[in-house]
Amino acid sequence: MQDKIPYYLLVTLLIAVGFGSAIYRHINLDIPWLPGETREVWRVEARLEFTADGDAIVAQMAIPESHPGFTLLEQATASPGYGLSYLTEEKRPAVRWSTQQASGKQVLYYRAQFLLDDKQEASWPPSPDISEPPILPDPISLAAGRLIEQAKKQSANQITMAAQLINGLRSDDQQVQLLKQDRSLAAAALILMQLAEIPAREVTAIRLKHNRRNQDSLPYLMVYAEDQVAFFNLTNGKEGRPERLLIWEMEDQPLIDLEGGHNTRVSFSMLREVVPVQKALEQKYRDVSAMQVSLHSLPQEEQQMFRGLLLIPVGVMVVMIIRVLVGLRTSGTFMPVLIALALMQTSLGAGLAGFVLVVVTGLVVRGYLSRLNLLLVARISAVIIVVILLTATFSVIAYNLRIVEGLNIIFFPMIIIAWTIERMSLLWEEEGGEEVMKQGGGSLFVALLAYLVMSNGYIQHLTFNFPGLQLVLLALILILGSYTGYRLIELVRFSPFASRSQEPPK
Amino acid sequence: MSWLISPRRLRQLGVLGMNQRNIEYIAGHNDRRLFPLVDDKLKTKELAIDAGLSVPKLVGVIRYQHEIRSIKAMLHSQPAFCIKPSKGSGGKGILVIHDHDDQQYFKPNNQALTLTDIMRHTSNILAGLFSLGGQPDKAIIEDLIHFDDQFINYSFEGVPDIRIIVFRGFPVMAMMRLSTATSDGKANLHQGAVGVGIDITTGYASHAVQFDRPVTHHPDTEMPLSEIRIPDWRQLLYMAAHCYEMSGLGYLGVDIVLDARKGPMLLELNARPGLAIQIANHQGLSHRLSDVSALDEHALSPDERVAYVQQHFQDSTA
Repeated sequence: MQDKIPYYLLVTLLIAVGFGSAIYRHINLDIPWLPGETREVWRVEARLEFTADGDAIVAQMAIPESHPGFTLLEQATASPGYGLSYLTEEKRPAVRWSTQQASGKQVLYYRAQFLLDDKQEASWPPSPDISEPPILPDPISLAAGRLIEQAKKQSANQITMAAQLINGLRSDDQQVQLLKQDRSLAAAALILMQLAEIPAREVTAIRLKHNRRNQDSLPYLMVYAEDQVAFFNLTNGKEGRPERLLIWEMEDQPLIDLEGGHNTRVSFSMLREVVPVQKALEQKYRDVSAMQVSLHSLPQEEQQMFRGLLLIPVGVMVVMIIRVLVGLRTSGTFMPVLIALALMQTSLGAGLAGFVLVVVTGLVVRGYLSRLNLLLVARISAVIIVVILLTATFSVIAYNLRIVEGLNIIFFPMIIIAWTIERMSLLWEEEGGEEVMKQGGGSLFVALLAYLVMSNGYIQHLTFNFPGLQLVLLALILILGSYTGYRLIELVRFSPFASRSQEPPK
Repeated sequence: MSWLISPRRLRQLGVLGMNQRNIEYIAGHNDRRLFPLVDDKLKTKELAIDAGLSVPKLVGVIRYQHEIRSIKAMLHSQPAFCIKPSKGSGGKGILVIHDHDDQQYFKPNNQALTLTDIMRHTSNILAGLFSLGGQPDKAIIEDLIHFDDQFINYSFEGVPDIRIIVFRGFPVMAMMRLSTATSDGKANLHQGAVGVGIDITTGYASHAVQFDRPVTHHPDTEMPLSEIRIPDWRQLLYMAAHCYEMSGLGYLGVDIVLDARKGPMLLELNARPGLAIQIANHQGLSHRLSDVSALDEHALSPDERVAYVQQHFQDSTA
């Protein structure tokens, strides 16, 4: 028992580390447990339109970054004839177009793709310093003071106070009207916030709605209170951040800064794409640090390879279960896994038919070879060549018969098939056709089982996205490897004992 | 008879399962390093001769491809023989010839083979076709056993042998293996030979089994199997018990043949003996194995161990 302790420790450790890493990846990298989950990716296009004065033009437009709720995946511009630079290192990210000379109507496009992502870790910019309020004429500052006084009474903190102030601004009160004279609601609100010493900033946002064009941006007021922020729609005064509200600009700056043109207008169009989580994550983690290293960061082709590789342990596990718990015999321990892998490349029916066809034809050829009195190595080499010729022939025939799946037959491991043919042929000579059917059938059955498990979407998703689970498989295999109980077929094999009397034997 | 038995019942009866055999007995008591001694029949034979046990006479060994050409001369003065792969398993690749005239070689079923067939078979053996893991092998040619006349009707074409399971030097269970038409003259149970459980204390037959199912008569000769009595039973047990010291393997299958003239001879040893012997004896191995585990085998001589077995392992079903 003593020497079993390290074994149990190892198994426990493997399981803990395996599940731990999977849970970590689920929570921190937002990888879902189940496949088929989707994420929204929004393509947003900002269209900047202006009339050029005929001189040099410098147009600077604020551009969005990743922020809570959204991850910026990609950005691009379309602006023929303009020099372009991204000012993403600035405090206020922007794109700058410039040209020596332009006249007439100009249209510039900026496009970005956003992943709707509630796991985005970026934080809001820090709260702004409260700036000195502008000096207002007496009646106005009096009205503002009254409004603030009233709001203070009806509120508990800065956010509720801001809500009261904005509510107040929307009333029809004469004094309030005075405050709004010559000012937009946004400007008025901002002045009130400054007077009330509430940190707040005006931000530009857009509501994402599928397949909309020519949308305007919306002014929002972002109010800070200790560690939280609240949003107020400045066009209707409503509090709260609606879902899919993309904050385009958050530094109290105008969206556009244009030199050399007039009649500017910015409009947005947007399109929703529903993509599988897999694809969304691939884009999100395309260039991340080693901490979150993931198979998603590999090139597509290698990813595909690993997808297959990581499935092998699952197939091996199936073989383990069949052999240790059930007790079925197969010809070649892990040959079924290789057949299953090949079946995954072909389609099931075509793959099975191709496999049986090649093996049976190979057996016939091998039957002739056995009369030639060859050395073993020579015979197997001959069988390999024959198998390759057979697959080539079948592929060509299948292709000409317009059976495209026929081509996939080349995915079968030739050497393994050659050995299979050799073994089966020997088995046939020694034990007869029945045993060949039994073992061949057993192998195919296990291969089919392994194929069903390995081609399962959930299994593929789990093995590829949570490589840590391989450790759990390893632990399970270690456990199975020390299983000393009866195999399922032994319950049948030893059934003659059922007739024995109950008395304990000595 | 039901076709299924509950695992609880099996455990209660002390039936040893394949997984437990592999892990607790083969991996637990058989040092891997010693496997080549029993996996290579030639080595076993040399070992047995050194230990003073009698073995079938060696006619010749063919180690290299070019030696095959000399096989005709080698066989000329040997009317009956068998060719075996030295590292074969499960009776694979054993060719038995009971008569020949240098042109035609007759198998026990009187099927004639040509010299070319014999040479091809030998070539296959050398190439490793029948050996574990396909490794290159040697072909051994042995004198054919002239088995005891009293068993002549109990076997179809082949030589019956006696398999004794020896655990830490104690012969714990025995059976006689009779070849049948289905098994093509071979004495391996999975090929269709009949296994007759032999009471370890007396050498008398108890139950019998073919393809894991009970039988009472030999399927080809119709002889009642329960009448088998093995002569010199104690001597067989001593021989089996000696094989423990000889091989060093704790869990061992000892195969012994009875030659009409030379008495019991050691045929081969098996480091992975099968479990069908339990069905043949209608008796589980586990209880006996755990009884033996409680003893200190090094304190006992082979004679004492045989005495212990004959005293303690009465056939409970008899």
